[in-house]
Amino acid sequence: MFTYYLDLALRSLKRNKALTALMVLAIAVGIGASMTTLTVMHLLSGDPMPGRSATLFYPQVDPTDSPKPDSQPRDVMDYRSAVDLWSAHRADRQALIASTELKLRAPGVNLPPQMARVLTTTSDFFPMFSVPLRYGTAWTPADDEQRSRVAVISSDLNNRLFGGANSVGRTVRLKDSDVRIIGVLAPWRPSPQFYDVAGGRFSEGKTASFYAKPEEVFMPFSTAQDVAGSEFNVFTCWGSVEAMKHLQTAPCAWVALWVQLDDAAKVAGYRRFVADYAAQQKALGRFVHGDNTRMMDLMQWLDFNHVVPSDVRLQVVLAFAFLLICLCNTVGLLLAKFLRRSGEIGVRRALGASRGAVFAQCLVEAGTIGLLGGLGGWLLTLLGLWLVRRQPVEYADLAHLDAGMFLATFALAVLAALLAGLVPALRASRVTPGLQLKTL
Amino acid sequence: MDVLPILSTLRRHKITALLVVLEIALTCAIVCNAVFLISQRLERMQMTSGIAEHELVQIQAFGIGKPDDARAHTQEDLAALRQIPGVKSVALVNEVPFTNSSWNSSIKLDPKQKLPTLNATQYFGEDLLSTFGAKLVAGRNFNPDEYLEFRQVQRDETLQKKVTGVIITRALGEKLWPGQSALGKPIYLGDDSVRVIGVVEGLIRPSLFNGDDTAQWSMVFPLRMDTGNASRYVLRTAPKDRERVLAAAAATLRKANPHRIIQDKKTLDDIRGEFFQDDRAMAGLLAGVCIALLVVTALGIVGLGSFWVAQRRRTIGVRRALGATRRNILHYFQTENFLLATIGIALGMVLAYGINLFLMLHYELPRLPAYYFPVGAVVLWLIGQAAVLGPAMRAAAVPPVVATRSV
Repeated sequence: MFTYYLDLALRSLKRNKALTALMVLAIAVGIGASMTTLTVMHLLSGDPMPGRSATLFYPQVDPTDSPKPDSQPRDVMDYRSAVDLWSAHRADRQALIASTELKLRAPGVNLPPQMARVLTTTSDFFPMFSVPLRYGTAWTPADDEQRSRVAVISSDLNNRLFGGANSVGRTVRLKDSDVRIIGVLAPWRPSPQFYDVAGGRFSEGKTASFYAKPEEVFMPFSTAQDVAGSEFNVFTCWGSVEAMKHLQTAPCAWVALWVQLDDAAKVAGYRRFVADYAAQQKALGRFVHGDNTRMMDLMQWLDFNHVVPSDVRLQVVLAFAFLLICLCNTVGLLLAKFLRRSGEIGVRRALGASRGAVFAQCLVEAGTIGLLGGLGGWLLTLLGLWLVRRQPVEYADLAHLDAGMFLATFALAVLAALLAGLVPALRASRVTPGLQLKTL
Repeated sequence: MDVLPILSTLRRHKITALLVVLEIALTCAIVCNAVFLISQRLERMQMTSGIAEHELVQIQAFGIGKPDDARAHTQEDLAALRQIPGVKSVALVNEVPFTNSSWNSSIKLDPKQKLPTLNATQYFGEDLLSTFGAKLVAGRNFNPDEYLEFRQVQRDETLQKKVTGVIITRALGEKLWPGQSALGKPIYLGDDSVRVIGVVEGLIRPSLFNGDDTAQWSMVFPLRMDTGNASRYVLRTAPKDRERVLAAAAATLRKANPHRIIQDKKTLDDIRGEFFQDDRAMAGLLAGVCIALLVVTALGIVGLGSFWVAQRRRTIGVRRALGATRRNILHYFQTENFLLATIGIALGMVLAYGINLFLMLHYELPRLPAYYFPVGAVVLWLIGQAAVLGPAMRAAAVPPVVATRSV
């Protein structure tokens, strides 16, 4: 029966090619716009650590002397608070995070020196965030302890400096110090670059930079204190200028801490630990705000920072409004098409076709249009994503259609067309056979 | 033209008529708001900086050995850069407009204040104002002997009190002391106060993280930077010499120290272009959406119009046979479209206003200016009329003899 309806639908579509083309085009354009923006949204709002994100937490304290009673904890911590919490080792895993940019040169490589983005962290970073290594290994807790001059470099940097060869054992010069490469990452592209996210609520929706590529060099946090001195990226400072001489003691927030807590009891325990620490620091006179602590999990933290750029959200809304108008159009055209065939439908009804059969036929025709529109929409989505990739935004290289979104394109197209066909099909199935036959 | 017969015809095609109305309404609402968003983005891109943008180039140089000889290196660099033909002025500064990297400080008007009054950016660098080309409108510029070494001020608390003055923008003065002259008034950074000795017309902040309203909240201090704590060289030259000066400056800096990293050699026009690239991309996208929407709506009107004409072929024939002229038929369809468009536009205006209210709430957008409504209405009426013209002319071409045929 279905194949017969399909045959009827194709015949009907062939009869008025211009009208068919118009409907298919309307759906294709609407679907293309919606799926392009939806794919970008899907890529940007996804979970960067699927299955693990619920066990990753971001503790915060408030080391500032801000007199505002309702102030939030700073997005990152000062050196002392972060290192105190980290060195207590109360979580299953814990990693300090601070970033910097350092001059990098590779002896024996004929390339001019460059500024490299450097992430300074601790050994748990790699297992905690499942960072894939291509060559060598990450550093050990002993390296953190001994301030070993070691580094892990990104796959991009390895390609650029060493042509992708195994560079473990080679040396790079960071600022004025030599560090030994002990590991090379496999290509790694978390979306967003979640471990670095902070300050999103101050960016007025311009958060595309959270989707930048991971840093090029990873080195122990302790080593970096010797190598980089005070040259770290600082989130904010308070207090007077003269206190800023040594970043490690300055009233500045620039170190983040990530912890992994595997069950609810540990989470509660760690919350208590952070609260106790803040209260103790207040008692010692170092904190003004002893009760201003917070610990969000990874997804909450991303949400809190509004990581998805507001422009991307606006584009999704716009695209769907566009799809809605395209559907309005299709409803009108389908209605015109079906009612034009009132005579034919009258004959079919008189010959015994039930209302349900006419309704089903019309829907099959609408669905066929949807499928064709989906095909066009898929091509337009590919075109749209190609355009996104050419945009000068950090997430450009992420914009690709995965299998799920590919299927979603067709599902959405057919669903949209069926919805659009609903009213016209209903109208068509109500055609009274007698009245139509009389006019023939 | 008699409207009543048209209305009674439309009553028989409720769904189709409703669809046209709905489509026009949605298009009207979205296009009005999209055009408004575009205008907002374009307006943002026109933001004035207060500096001689077309005459400036920036070049960054990093990593020059030990801090103790940074002072000497800086003097050598600046002297060498000044030697480049066509260079009018050179400065080594801590921050540059539109680069998104900024030094900011909270300021108070009274040291006993609990909360700071506001947050403004701090520009440091010898000859900064004359190089940037910021226009002084009151007070005076810094004298050469007023400059202190930033490196020393950072180390020595007592030197901080010796900063002789600050130059602020007119917007910042107006914000701090509305209606009064800012000259001679003290502002507090931490516990130390510094008096305003000059006011410039404008000097935009390097990054607009506090919102566009605070774009002009800038202060300039008489502090000298060196290669250890600043990396941005700004050169002023004639617009036509910019590319040549950039290339020469890069060569000069590399020659002075081959080990350093030279990057971001750009004209300020390019830097500005990059700063607003999101806005430009979004404006382009919105414009594309508007055009696509209008085209789809027009095509929809053409499609439905054609259908109606085909459906009423016989009626048209009868009317023609009874004496209606071609012009009458043409006008009939045009009036019909005008009626539908009018209802759609009225509905669309309400919807546009609603969407605007929503955007005002969630995106801090201003209110839609009233003139958008009449302009939007006229545009949609014109598009409706243009779209229906084809089908209406086809209708007018139906010969009266059709009335005598059975189908």
